[in-house]
Amino acid sequence: MSRIILGIALALAAPLVLAQSIKIAILGPMAFVQGENHWSGAEMARDEINKAGGINVGGKKRMIELVRADTNEIQSVPDATNAIERVITRDKVDFLIGGFRSEAVLAMQEVAMDYKKIFLGAGAADAKLGENVEKNYDRYKYWFRVTPTKAPDLFRTLMAVLGDIGNQVRTATKTETPKVAIVAEKAAWTEAIVKGLQATLPKMKMDVVGTWQPSAVATDVTAELSAIERANADIVFTLLSGPVGISLGRQMGERNMKAVAFGINVEGQKDEFWQASAGKANYVATLDTYAEVEYTPKTVAFVQAFKKRYGKAPTYNAASYDAIMLLKDAIEKEGTINADKIVAHIEKVEHVGTGAVATFDKRHDLVWAIGKTSGIAVQWQDGKKVPFWPPQVKGMQPYKMPAR
Amino acid sequence: MLQDILVTGLVNGGVYALLAIGFSLIFGVARIVNIAHTAFYMLAAYCFYTLLTRFGIGFSLAGVISVLAVTLLSLLCYRLVIEPVREHESAVLISTIALGLIFQELMLASYGGNFLGVPSTIEGVVRVLGVSIPYQRLLILAVAAVMLAATWFFLYRTRVGLAIRATANDLEVANLMGMNVHRMAMVTVAFSVGLAAIAGVVATPVTSIHPFMWLDPLVTMLAIVVLGGLGSLKGSIIGALVIAYVEAITVFTLPEGAHLKGAVALGIMVAVLLARPEGLFGVAFEEER
Repeated sequence: MSRIILGIALALAAPLVLAQSIKIAILGPMAFVQGENHWSGAEMARDEINKAGGINVGGKKRMIELVRADTNEIQSVPDATNAIERVITRDKVDFLIGGFRSEAVLAMQEVAMDYKKIFLGAGAADAKLGENVEKNYDRYKYWFRVTPTKAPDLFRTLMAVLGDIGNQVRTATKTETPKVAIVAEKAAWTEAIVKGLQATLPKMKMDVVGTWQPSAVATDVTAELSAIERANADIVFTLLSGPVGISLGRQMGERNMKAVAFGINVEGQKDEFWQASAGKANYVATLDTYAEVEYTPKTVAFVQAFKKRYGKAPTYNAASYDAIMLLKDAIEKEGTINADKIVAHIEKVEHVGTGAVATFDKRHDLVWAIGKTSGIAVQWQDGKKVPFWPPQVKGMQPYKMPAR
Repeated sequence: MLQDILVTGLVNGGVYALLAIGFSLIFGVARIVNIAHTAFYMLAAYCFYTLLTRFGIGFSLAGVISVLAVTLLSLLCYRLVIEPVREHESAVLISTIALGLIFQELMLASYGGNFLGVPSTIEGVVRVLGVSIPYQRLLILAVAAVMLAATWFFLYRTRVGLAIRATANDLEVANLMGMNVHRMAMVTVAFSVGLAAIAGVVATPVTSIHPFMWLDPLVTMLAIVVLGGLGSLKGSIIGALVIAYVEAITVFTLPEGAHLKGAVALGIMVAVLLARPEGLFGVAFEEER
């Protein structure tokens, strides 16, 4: 009898407990690694905060409740807008975190702004997301990009790393002007970077031998690689977010190509890349966010805890952890979850996260700085993803060239 | 550049041909528009991956089990989904689209959207006319040739093959002559899906396994079969080579338009069909049946 009474009491009390929680929607393509990492990073933040008693909101401790929202945005933009509409109107969440595909995030941004909900982006790089804030501050001020840096800043990072790799190639090949083949998937996010590369590389004393633009979903680049081999390229500069990144790494390895691949290869950031490329993608390098290096004082501990819990390293989308911690600090400092007050606080703050030391500009984009928000570069070496840039960060290891 | 185009086109043409043979057989001979054909190719790839990496079974056994399992599944699907609506071509079309999507979503739910890969069956590279070709691609070329020969032998040198061709030529007369037309259709489905499964097993090491991997080859296969001519195996091979060479020429002569290689190939297909609606080696539509 006492158990029944206890059960009824708990059932009656549950809505009261939930009513006091802070509801955060985690938006991502949950069947894909990007959404998995959104969710995993958020889970870690939730558990850490709730274990410590919750978030202090003006003297009252409130727990975090996560709402998992599968946006399916890789396949369907309308699915993404439906998902964000649902969590706002039906689940009545207080905050929104996540997003990956720029086209979908741009659409979700509109819905979030309609409802004046704070939306912390953790995946899309399109500069327009921040430009919206600058053009129409009153409407778009609730948007902040926690990760990654916007596309033009990704370009700055790429050029900084390429400068270092170019010097190593010059030494190894004994040539003053290394030859660079650009392989960029045909997508909106690569267009500005490709134009920038074509204009900038000659100034860096590098010859552009050609630009190949396969489809983002291509699974075969043998024709492209034959042409690149024929052009005697020393560096294959990649801008790839889809499965073509695996094909390129694998097929370069199968052909024993002496050229080194560097750039953005989203598949190359995942632990599964080595297996997916059948162990052929040695020396493939890409920009990345997380490794066991002291990028910020919190990076190593976070990466280790993540690996222990999930059995693999986090990708940049796991910065949903930083997004929740940023919210927690803002809520506790302001003593409220009022969106306008939280926005004003985040605009002024410097937040030391696990993937970046974040400050925000007038577009609510991360202020770019090497060693603070630029991220890192990693290279696959014999099955291990080895971080090598920026060299001043403690824990970095040497970049390697294939034997010639 | 010429030797690059020649070698790359031939090797990729072999991959396409291997996929197109089975598609052509079921589409042209049995008159079943099986949109799920490449979904069976995807299932074979997943099956092969699972047996290799999760159960540690060797290449040969894993390949055989995968082909058999997918072929049996296709028979089940035929009995449950295709046969009841076979008389209505549009219903078959829609049913097989649904089948393909069901398989896709099942794989997405089971394996997630991650891209998976398996090691090459044969490691190493050979240089032909200064062009690097992995042995795995040569294996695919060889398997395509063997499968083509086997298909020709099956259709033109066996009684079952004769019955299949007779059924395809005139279903009612074949039925009146005492042939079991439903059984012939089942044999055709099993044979063609078996070819797709073989393609999935041998081509998997040169591609990535993911739930949407059936869509891209589907478009290419449709283009090849329509270009080559309905039901013509010779047409499928020539169509595969034409598409592969057009793609190679596009990539080599127009690097920044590499993403257009599929569109250019489809454009060539449309151009050929405008001049010759039955395809390169097909029978004129009005003469069919």
